[in-house]
Amino acid sequence: MIAVQDFVAPTIDIGAVLPIVVVLGAAIIGVLVDAFAPANRRAVVNASLSAVAATVAFGWTIAQVGGSAVVTFNGAVVIDGPALFAQAAIALFTLLSVLLYTERRLDPAGDPFTPSGAVIPGGEVERVLTLQKVQQTEVYPLTLFASGGMMIFVASNDLLTMFVALEVLSLPLYLLSSLARRKRLLSQEAGMKYFLLGAFASGFFLYGAALVYGATGSLNLAQIDAGVSGRVGVDSLLLVGMGMLAVGLLFKISAVPFQFWTPDVYQGAPTPVTAFMAAATKTAAVVALMRLLYVGLGGLVEDWTILLWVIAAVTMLLGSVLALTQTDVKRMLAYSSIAHAGFLLVGIVAADENGTAAVLFYLLAYGIATIGAFAVVTLVRDAGGEATHLSQWAGLGRRSPVLASVFALFLLSFAGIPLTSGFIGKLTVFSAAFDAGQGALVIIGLVSSAIAAFFYVRVIVLMFFSDPAEGGAAVGVPSAGTTAVITATALITVLLGVVPGPVLELAQMASEFVR
Amino acid sequence: MTFPVLTALVLVPLVGAIVTALVPAARTAKLTAIGFSLVSLALTIVAALQFELGGPLYQLTEQVSWVAPFGVYWSLGLSGISLALIALTAVATPIVLGAMWNEADASGRSVKAFYALVLVLQAMTVGAFLSTDVLLFYILFEAMLIPMYFLIGVYGGDKRQYAAMKFLLYNLFGGLLMLAAVIGLYLQAPAGERSFLLADLVALDIDATTQNWLFLGFMIAFAIKAPLWPLHTWLPDAATEATPSQAAYLSGVVDKVGTFGMVALVLPLFPDATQTFAPVVVTLAVISILYGGLLAIGQTDIKRIIAFSSISHFGVIVLGIFALTSQGTGGSTFYMVSHGLSTTALFLVAGMMIARRGSRQLADFGGLQKPAPILAGFLLVAGLSGLAMPGLATFVSEFLVLVGTFGRYQVAAALATFGIVLAALYILIMYQRTMTGPTTPETENTPDLRGREVLVVAPLFVLLIALGVAPAPLLDPINDSTRQTLEVVGVSDPEPVFAAEGGDE
Repeated sequence: MIAVQDFVAPTIDIGAVLPIVVVLGAAIIGVLVDAFAPANRRAVVNASLSAVAATVAFGWTIAQVGGSAVVTFNGAVVIDGPALFAQAAIALFTLLSVLLYTERRLDPAGDPFTPSGAVIPGGEVERVLTLQKVQQTEVYPLTLFASGGMMIFVASNDLLTMFVALEVLSLPLYLLSSLARRKRLLSQEAGMKYFLLGAFASGFFLYGAALVYGATGSLNLAQIDAGVSGRVGVDSLLLVGMGMLAVGLLFKISAVPFQFWTPDVYQGAPTPVTAFMAAATKTAAVVALMRLLYVGLGGLVEDWTILLWVIAAVTMLLGSVLALTQTDVKRMLAYSSIAHAGFLLVGIVAADENGTAAVLFYLLAYGIATIGAFAVVTLVRDAGGEATHLSQWAGLGRRSPVLASVFALFLLSFAGIPLTSGFIGKLTVFSAAFDAGQGALVIIGLVSSAIAAFFYVRVIVLMFFSDPAEGGAAVGVPSAGTTAVITATALITVLLGVVPGPVLELAQMASEFVR
Repeated sequence: MTFPVLTALVLVPLVGAIVTALVPAARTAKLTAIGFSLVSLALTIVAALQFELGGPLYQLTEQVSWVAPFGVYWSLGLSGISLALIALTAVATPIVLGAMWNEADASGRSVKAFYALVLVLQAMTVGAFLSTDVLLFYILFEAMLIPMYFLIGVYGGDKRQYAAMKFLLYNLFGGLLMLAAVIGLYLQAPAGERSFLLADLVALDIDATTQNWLFLGFMIAFAIKAPLWPLHTWLPDAATEATPSQAAYLSGVVDKVGTFGMVALVLPLFPDATQTFAPVVVTLAVISILYGGLLAIGQTDIKRIIAFSSISHFGVIVLGIFALTSQGTGGSTFYMVSHGLSTTALFLVAGMMIARRGSRQLADFGGLQKPAPILAGFLLVAGLSGLAMPGLATFVSEFLVLVGTFGRYQVAAALATFGIVLAALYILIMYQRTMTGPTTPETENTPDLRGREVLVVAPLFVLLIALGVAPAPLLDPINDSTRQTLEVVGVSDPEPVFAAEGGDE
């Protein structure tokens, strides 16, 4: 038992956590804006507020990468290289997603969100609210709360902080998932599913934290590490605890066998929210998982390497194979996201600084391409909203060659074709794993890449080589926000593929976890 | 600082592709693309004039750090082997661009994209021939699949989607195996000293087992690209469904990257594994020669005949490379060029014939030499170059390969000779069925070749004959480089079998 001590006020290095403060502060102001600003101004004010907060957070964190690490809040929060890199990436993803939220030209009824999440789908109230152009601007503060939670998640140095951050990032996402304007039932189902399964995973994480606390006597990762190193013999309490913590995080990463929610949620959620979840949540959970394993459970490296090895192999293969059978663009991208979780785990299994740098680069490359791909999905529409059935994409390359080429670029990046960011990502991850003696896993990764390439290419075939089908989709004319996002993500995808040097160096500078 | 002529050789077609895509009218785009390809040809001549015989293996080298944390370089160098192949590319590109003048219009799809994609392909192919950084080579080797894939998939025949997909998946699979080997090779150096530079990697001392695995990774990728039995099945589909000029460019120029990779990368990087596996590769090459020849005889589709003949000829090239004698390896490199010229000529002339009749089936032709004697003449000479008629460049190369192989693998060389007999059969059968005999109502009014068509293909024939009579200008730099490469491998030519009667050397 720990003796009751006098309460000591935690020392807080406000400069180090400023980005988090800015984002969460902006979220709270956003709530107040919703309450007090005139209805016709809320959207503009909230969107600008979110964009500014994300930009400030991005600029602040990216400038700090490479500096010395800061441990603050009595050791509960640590701002080190991986945390800063991940926070910068999350802030960037938030900014890009918020720009997608502002889209009001594609759907004649307004932005991508339902006017009121609480009314019956397709009912009279909804119709009236839609006619009155009522907007649900809570999505902006909700996104900022999630984003702030993620930024704490990647920096949390004890299990309790990690759990609180996990909840702060998850709850807004559950809500956001169920707010799509079109296909409301699908969206509500997505939110419900995500909430139930997510709550279950959180429960696992909490139980795991309790077991690890029982085994090592601390929730602080550094002290857990000391406890693990000092143990004698096999400690089943510790191993079970480790497994349960891993379940909680692997769920967020959508690794097999905790991936079941991913296709449903990615499909049902409003597409800009899907983009945000796919890019930012994955980044946050991967970095948190690395911190937990490397810093807290480094003494169990042999145990979790086996665990992650198997999960990585199964995730890559299953994600790629199941993606082959999909007929819906969003579901296909969801399975692609699962396969990419597997590729990321390959880098985690490498368990050294090369691996960390590779994973950080991969997260950025994948996140950017994912947001870009989902942004393209929002443009391809029919009368019922987004046309996500693959058959409706036939011949898109004939009707809008530029848009189809951009989407093809993102797909080629996912497939890891050279001169795109995805190739450099795969190259760094695989070479780190190879160097760490995981040659077999690299071979499985390459085989999965080949399978995955098949379904990415299938979409390209459909867009460029097939003739447009009856009842196919039309391409909407987006507003400046969406256009900017697609342009920026496409440019970054090519730049990271052609001149990856500076960002790779940044990732290498940021690759050391502070214990 | 001197003018970076090798970088310019890569960038000019790329800039040309962008300009071609941007000019407004289709006709201007075609002329722009041809103009840029002629600039490339001029630059290639400039580079060739600066190449010194007897100099170092790689000349006119340029090296700029590209991805510093990983030791990746934009590193180019010109060897005699790459000189021969960029010369082939530089000659073939304007010819192919000229020959596809009507193909793009006939497809009903974007003409500008067609021309721009060919130029992108040229840039990547030339880059692969010149690169002296293994990752740079790999990147270009993989990336060139994408323009080729779109060319076949968008502009090809009825089964183009299937053919394009098969082409891509085969090559992508090989590429991924090669990627694993590239990474594995790179990690052989101790941490901190790693780079992808060919010179650094060749200097590594790799143990035999690792070398064998890495050899396989590279070799399977190259054996898919330059199709070697049993990894060849994508080529007949791709070449048949592609337009004739695409097929010419694919099997005449682009696929040479595979055989080039064997000579320029596999041999110096994995000398021990090369010698270990040489008998296996030689066996597969002989099977390719006979199998390709036999299947070519059995085809009824003209483009498939030429595709299978290419498989047979690629077998000869691979046979010569892995004979590991100066005549065999040098002859193979020479064959890469002469086969490029010969196949391009054959595909283009056959394409002009097919376009006149609207059918690829042998049975739909007959007696064409009466209404179209010039076409018949060109097809005959192109065909004769395919069966290695003395006086043509292909004869010199095939002869060198067989002589070089005989010194080490007598049985293989003897069996490979049957390839020439088979070639005579399928070429002459094709000529006989299409050109001789009575005309049919459909063929009796076939128009002969027009001036533009003659102008486009004529340079190929001039070169085939010129190099057949005087091969030295091309053969000397090639032999210079292959000799240095074989020194790295550490093999010397075997003693002549009949030493007492030893001929010229």
